[in-house]
Amino acid sequence: MSGETGGSGDGRTSGDGQGRRSGYKPGQVYGNPAEERESGSVADVTKEGQSDVRPGRAALVGGQDLTDGHGDGAGDRGATGVAAITGRSKPKGTAKGRHRGGRRRGRKGERTVVPEAEFTSYYGRPVLNQPAWQPLNIAGYFFLGGLAGAGSVLAAGAELTGRPVMARALKTSSALAVAGSAAALIHDLGRPGRFVNMLRVFKPTSPMSVGSWVLAVYGPVSGAAALCALGGRLPRVGRAATAGAALIGPAVAAYTAVLAADTAVPGWHDGYRELPFVFVGSAATAASGMALAMSPTAENGPARSVALAGTALENAAMKAMERRLGLVAEVYRSGPGGRWMRAAEALSAAGAAGAALLAGRSRVAAGASGLALLAASACTRLGVFHAGMESSKDPNYTVIPQRERLDAASGS
Amino acid sequence: MSSLIGRNLLAGAEKDPAGDAGHGAPGAPGEHPPRVGFFTDTSVCIGCKACEVACKEWNAIPEDGLDLTGMSYDNSGGLGASTWRHVAFIEQSKPLGQAHADVGHGDMDVLALAAQGSGTHPVEDGSAANTPAAPAADGTDGDGGQDRGELRWLMSSDVCKHCTHAACLDVCPTGSLFRTEFGTVVVQEDICNGCGYCVPACPYGVIEQRPHDGRAFKCTMCYDRLGAGQEPACAKACPTESIQFGPLDELRVRAQERVDQLREAGVSDARLYGHDPEDGVGGDGAFFLLLDEPEVYGLPPDPVVTTRDLPGMWRHAGAAALTLLGGLAAVFAAHGRNGAPVRGFRR
Repeated sequence: MSGETGGSGDGRTSGDGQGRRSGYKPGQVYGNPAEERESGSVADVTKEGQSDVRPGRAALVGGQDLTDGHGDGAGDRGATGVAAITGRSKPKGTAKGRHRGGRRRGRKGERTVVPEAEFTSYYGRPVLNQPAWQPLNIAGYFFLGGLAGAGSVLAAGAELTGRPVMARALKTSSALAVAGSAAALIHDLGRPGRFVNMLRVFKPTSPMSVGSWVLAVYGPVSGAAALCALGGRLPRVGRAATAGAALIGPAVAAYTAVLAADTAVPGWHDGYRELPFVFVGSAATAASGMALAMSPTAENGPARSVALAGTALENAAMKAMERRLGLVAEVYRSGPGGRWMRAAEALSAAGAAGAALLAGRSRVAAGASGLALLAASACTRLGVFHAGMESSKDPNYTVIPQRERLDAASGS
Repeated sequence: MSSLIGRNLLAGAEKDPAGDAGHGAPGAPGEHPPRVGFFTDTSVCIGCKACEVACKEWNAIPEDGLDLTGMSYDNSGGLGASTWRHVAFIEQSKPLGQAHADVGHGDMDVLALAAQGSGTHPVEDGSAANTPAAPAADGTDGDGGQDRGELRWLMSSDVCKHCTHAACLDVCPTGSLFRTEFGTVVVQEDICNGCGYCVPACPYGVIEQRPHDGRAFKCTMCYDRLGAGQEPACAKACPTESIQFGPLDELRVRAQERVDQLREAGVSDARLYGHDPEDGVGGDGAFFLLLDEPEVYGLPPDPVVTTRDLPGMWRHAGAAALTLLGGLAAVFAAHGRNGAPVRGFRR
């Protein structure tokens, strides 16, 4: 308690809404129900049916299309911020009450004559709080961790199979990437000066604690591998470090999926079975891209195969995840998440095609394919990040799956 | 402390979270006090926000915006770093129980009433002028329900649920969040490094990082007051005893009696929320009596602690990591040593 009051001095300025970490801003995102009332788009409903619209006087009951021709689409308009307050006595159907965008979601796209029961929310406000994570920091952390982890495995393979240029390049990129990923993580802390508190305990229930320890081991090992390769000294230490980094690398690439999934964010948690495969596929894509960009055509055969395998795994796992997510998969198809995911698909298709067809002959084509694959991986991470954030902002993604779960449990 | 071996501590019913966290079990030397909690009976909440004010004052929480939301009398919006009690306001066109919300006032001469003054006049001619007319059952109610002012306000003071299985506590990488001897969940602000992981972990949207401070804050159930044998500030300030504080076992019994009483009185919507030790978070330390679906109040209808699935997550991540390692090894094995390529893979 004492520490908290001590820190409240600068916290007093927190209400200005200017800070990047500030959350809710009235009237900006959630619409203004007073306007709904003014415009008469909200009507009253009694036991006998619906009373007529009383502009300026109607009680606030919106979200639901109660007007049926009287108002100009209260279902859509009221959805911009008025609480949909209805008893759920009838079978579920449409899921209006969306608080922004005006795009209706639901099993049925058509408006029905009888107002069906709605999934309700508290004035369209999110059930969950959104983390103050910055997209570049966290998606960058995912991307760089994947690049480093899969890169270490590729480096070891390249070294064992007589591809020294590729091995040296990937060891270097892995060491730099893990340093960058740690820097991104620390930069995203609310109190960066206290980052060592991450190593205060070891908690298997906290993926971030596990990840911190994994990074604390992997970072120095991959750094040693890179230094030995670049300096040409201590070959035995270099080999041991290369092997060690290759063994820990997959954990670095995969644990970030658990980090995202072990939250209440519907777009991440509900896909916890597939997300690790998306992430390691994306990691392999990134590492193969780096290998293609940095190594001569004489050495890049395995990298080209990995590019194909990585993009295939990433996209297949993504499709499987969307199938499992059901309604929530929308956040991976539309909005910022959808845009990044489409960019990732296009880039990975282009990169994989270039890697398969041209990268064996042309150094320039190999470089271009490699960059496309790196960009594809980064886009995937940004897409997953934004999709998760979107899914936590919309109460429907929280309420509807839970409500369906409850209904299924009570119905059976 | 009963043995922790062989038990699923991530989900399900858990009798003694404080004991499992290492505080002395009841009966043992150094025994911890009984688990305490809040029972918030929203049927008697009048939306006065005394709890919000008392919480802010006692815990010295900074101001976080005197904004008008424009949606109701709610001006704090939701729980957050600097809002540890939040009173929700919901306006509905529904009758409350068997209340006569549809009493007709159409034939009432309010100007004449006003001329009488505010005092109650002695009854002169046997008809109490101040009493509204009885519900018109004689057909005069033929105006299509225009004047039927069926309306109810739901008000509910939301707070951290102090879950039996608290996701924020489980995922905290620094050990800043901990389980107190009272079974509550508290952030140690001198340890929190502001990683923000607890924020998306909370299924209720309670904990949050404070802007410009960076650390995560939430309700402590007035840990300092509990230690001094006092009840939390919000419960102390509540004028209608909507917020009740006490040992959780007692509160659950009391809540069941109250919900039975309300249902008997015709309030069929009354239900308890967060009271069930078998639910997705193992039961809340702060639970509620609600008059409508939880989502109407901004509460998730079926919250589940995210770490319930953590073993599965680690298994899948392990499988994915092995896939990566094995897949890349297979690729290199197929390609063979450079300079002696396996035919068929090289152009």
